[in-house]
Amino acid sequence: MIVNAILTLAALGLLAGLGLGFAARVFAVKVDPRVEEIDAALPQFNCGACGYAGCADYAKAVVEGKDPGLCAPGGPNVAARVAAIMGQEVSAQEKMVAFVFCGGSDTAARKKYHYNGVIDCISANLVSGGDKSCSYGCLGLGTCVHVCPADAILIEDGLARVVPELCIGCRKCVEACPKNVIHMVPASRVVHVVCSSQDKGPVVRKACQVGCIGCRRCTKAVDDEQITMDDNLAVVDYSKPLLSREPVESCPTGAIQIVETEFTAQLPPPAETAGQAAEEAQA
Amino acid sequence: MSTEAKEQKPAVPLPDPTLLVSSSPHLHGRESITKIMWSVVLALAPATVLGMIFFGIDAVIVIAVTTISAVAFEAFSQWLRKMPITISDGSAVVTGLLLALNMPPGSPWWLCAIGSFIAIAIAKHLYGGLGYNPFNPALVARVALLVSFPTQMTSWAPTLYMPPDSWTGATPLGAIKEHILKDGTTGLQFTWDYLWQLMAGNVGGSLGETSVIALLIGAAFLLWKGYIWWQVPVSFIASVFAVTGIAFLFNPTGVASPVFHVVSGGLIIGAFYMATDMVTSPVTKRGMIVFGVGCGVITSVIRLWGGYPEGVSFAILIMNATVPLLDRYSRPEVFGARRKLYEVRG
Amino acid sequence: MTKPIHFQGGVHPAYNKQFTAALSIEEMPLPERLVVPLSQNLGAPAKCLVEKGQEVLKGQPLGEPGGFVSTPVHAPTSGKVKKIDFHPHPLGRAMEAIEIEPDGEDRWAEGCGPLRDFDAMDAAAIRKAIWDGGLVGMGGATFPTHVKLSPPEDKPIDTFILNGAECEPFLTSDHHLMLQAADKIIAGGKLMAKVLGARHLMIGIEKNKPDAIELMREASGDGGFEVVPLDVEYPQGAEKQLIYALTRRKVPAGGLPMDVGCVVQNVGTAAAAYDACARGIPLIERVATITGSGITNPKNLLLRVGTLLRDVIEFCGGLNADIAKVIVGGPMMGISQYSLDIPIIKGTSGVVFLKADEVTLFTSQPCIRCASCVKSCPMGLLPTVINAYSVNEMFDVAEEYGAMDCIECGCCAFTCPSHIPLVQNVRRAKAEIQARRKKAS
Repeated sequence: MIVNAILTLAALGLLAGLGLGFAARVFAVKVDPRVEEIDAALPQFNCGACGYAGCADYAKAVVEGKDPGLCAPGGPNVAARVAAIMGQEVSAQEKMVAFVFCGGSDTAARKKYHYNGVIDCISANLVSGGDKSCSYGCLGLGTCVHVCPADAILIEDGLARVVPELCIGCRKCVEACPKNVIHMVPASRVVHVVCSSQDKGPVVRKACQVGCIGCRRCTKAVDDEQITMDDNLAVVDYSKPLLSREPVESCPTGAIQIVETEFTAQLPPPAETAGQAAEEAQA
Repeated sequence: MSTEAKEQKPAVPLPDPTLLVSSSPHLHGRESITKIMWSVVLALAPATVLGMIFFGIDAVIVIAVTTISAVAFEAFSQWLRKMPITISDGSAVVTGLLLALNMPPGSPWWLCAIGSFIAIAIAKHLYGGLGYNPFNPALVARVALLVSFPTQMTSWAPTLYMPPDSWTGATPLGAIKEHILKDGTTGLQFTWDYLWQLMAGNVGGSLGETSVIALLIGAAFLLWKGYIWWQVPVSFIASVFAVTGIAFLFNPTGVASPVFHVVSGGLIIGAFYMATDMVTSPVTKRGMIVFGVGCGVITSVIRLWGGYPEGVSFAILIMNATVPLLDRYSRPEVFGARRKLYEVRG
Repeated sequence: MTKPIHFQGGVHPAYNKQFTAALSIEEMPLPERLVVPLSQNLGAPAKCLVEKGQEVLKGQPLGEPGGFVSTPVHAPTSGKVKKIDFHPHPLGRAMEAIEIEPDGEDRWAEGCGPLRDFDAMDAAAIRKAIWDGGLVGMGGATFPTHVKLSPPEDKPIDTFILNGAECEPFLTSDHHLMLQAADKIIAGGKLMAKVLGARHLMIGIEKNKPDAIELMREASGDGGFEVVPLDVEYPQGAEKQLIYALTRRKVPAGGLPMDVGCVVQNVGTAAAAYDACARGIPLIERVATITGSGITNPKNLLLRVGTLLRDVIEFCGGLNADIAKVIVGGPMMGISQYSLDIPIIKGTSGVVFLKADEVTLFTSQPCIRCASCVKSCPMGLLPTVINAYSVNEMFDVAEEYGAMDCIECGCCAFTCPSHIPLVQNVRRAKAEIQARRKKAS
């Protein structure tokens, strides 16, 4: 009895296998082999940063002739490989990571009211612009955390922070933030003006202890206009190199900060004594 | 963050007064989950008390064990899920009590505990907790117990007020099913006295389903409060009456009277308390009516032609599965969706 | 005699009108500073006409319309322009405003005050007087009145309705305006009806104001406005519901009252229309209900536009210690404020001060599908479903379920036993849907 059962099932299995194999060959969809090659080269985040519906869709698009260098998470390596498969070349582009241009944590920044409602920045922004006194600042309710496919954003003390090592550069947080405080910066840059406030100095001081008050000292602490003023806000020009701690030390509120990444070591060491730094700030 | 930031000073003070800001509306009708759940418990009180009076100390034990273990399992599940423990909102008490009222009076304590576990941990929390379960938790537990422990779940007991020799060991619906299997007739003597027994609850059955009057009192309270709407119970009961009524017209000896069907078994408790469970029933009026009719038709089909004498639990669970579909296709018309011609006034 | 028909849904919040129901309108003395925002209407803000240091007269334009859907703003008293700067605004973000330092003399600008032959004014002249007077919907929506009175040719208006419902709890300003200025309201209403060419005139007043109903009937006389007592229910005063109750016509989804031949105006707007046409007086003051247990002396106050809330609070005896929420408008649809430095604007029908124990917080409890929101929605929507799709960011499905038809009345959140911020979630969906529509066009 049992032998019959085994033989029957084995025969059925063999038949099914043969059938599938036959179908796989005869009914196979003709696909350009490059599509699979490119898809294999892509990082499989399916984040949509390239503008297509996932990595497989982008692979198809590249074979159809679209730009091979659109995969931001993949960075220059993947772009080069994809281009190579298509027999093209791409110019090397620097990896961009997201950065939150706000230093207004719960400790440093004032709130203007007690908020009661949906714990989401976009929704909170609908209620009188969110509970932060500074109307330009990060609300810290985590919309960016929610959209990040790489879990690269943390909320610390009511303030969002991107972990640069984990950021894949997909730009989802940039688009999601209702306050527009997240922007892309080159991964190698470590000196940033961590503020987005366009308010005048006295207004900023009332709202936040680490905001940019527009005093312009940082613009004088650089030699090639690496930092310029956009109305009342200091802005770093990322197209020019800036490897100096002077702007940081010149800033009276601490709005200019240095981020700890693998590139921080490229900066010169800090000033010898605190007194020396204070003197330089006074100057 | 950065290692170079200036030393953080203490927090900047808030404005005085610091006002509370939220989206509108800024008033609330003061309804709450807690109020609703405990009102349902209150509505079930007459049936619970009568169940204890009719079935004695056994019933008290079943109710106590089921309800307390339901609350315990809820606390445990919420603790496991690292959620705040919300047993005071009464939702576990409601589920536990409803399950208890659906158990045979002499159920052993371990049967009750397993039932509570299935209802709370499996049928409720595995789906995400309050508000997320697609199936009525008490009914899932009851049906699971019925299928797994058929003997215990069909060991009925007489009430303390029955004449000593009259107990046959079956519920009213069970008795007619057995009789039909024997000779095709129900053997039902539907006297006014028997009707009164059925209404009052002095018959065999689950310890909460027997007393129609007690259940109706509680249902009236819930209807008045607006916690249940008339659409589901009325369409449920009406369709049971209709289907069994039509069958009765064709076969008066082989089918029990539709009035009998309405007051027997778990129909009243099912229609007013189980099918109306907010989480597992439709949110639209039209959807509710279809839901009620579906429950009624399936209940009648099972009772008349199915293997089980009672079909309310199965019917409700089957219709629970259709609720998302019903909600989707029974959307009410938005105000002004259709342009109507109006008469111009001079 | 019209019998009003009941609209679907709605809720019955406690009236809470006892704070000010028996108080007649009190005029607040001229404060020491007035801040007039340039943006006091739906549509474009006004464009500033004055400069710092300039002397202005009462009723003089401070800003001209910034387009067709815009209104001018005027000086509420004579004085000097102290500064023109960003200032807190009841809408929740700082906006440009003109601060006036009164000179205490309260002198009118030329042309304001003396009675004119308004009966002889034709439709165009009335409309112009209303626009020049800076009139906006004073029920709170602040839609420019002259735009409402300019329906296109293919939308003839046969019914003109004055809204005296005042369905929001706590508010009594319209009630007392009707008691004190019934003649003015009727006259102003007739002027507006003349612009539209509407022959059927109605006034809807909720039954909890029997004295106002009687007075308005008297003032209307024969052949004037038909005064219809309405059932007391929120939101009886919402345009679509009011039109349906009075005329049985349903404003089409996505449409406007003019699509069913109707125009609705608040009774306060009608009184202001009379002032603008008959005396050339622009909208520079209004009655607002200062109420709630959070304020020491509630009042129905006649205020100059631009009066700071701080000054109003002081005049009303100060805040109570447990103050929790300050709401501009009614408590169902008003905007809760964070700053007491905001000015009273043209659309401020009242300020409600709530104490901590009167406030119920929204929570993140789950929806239990009780369908109370479905029952109470006056627009026949499924708020629980729209909420679920909004939370899950499926905004196109939320749109299918009618998110854009929501009038944000708050009935759903009022009844929700889980205290879900339903209106906030629907607003989120609406913002996203509008942004997508804009992008697509």
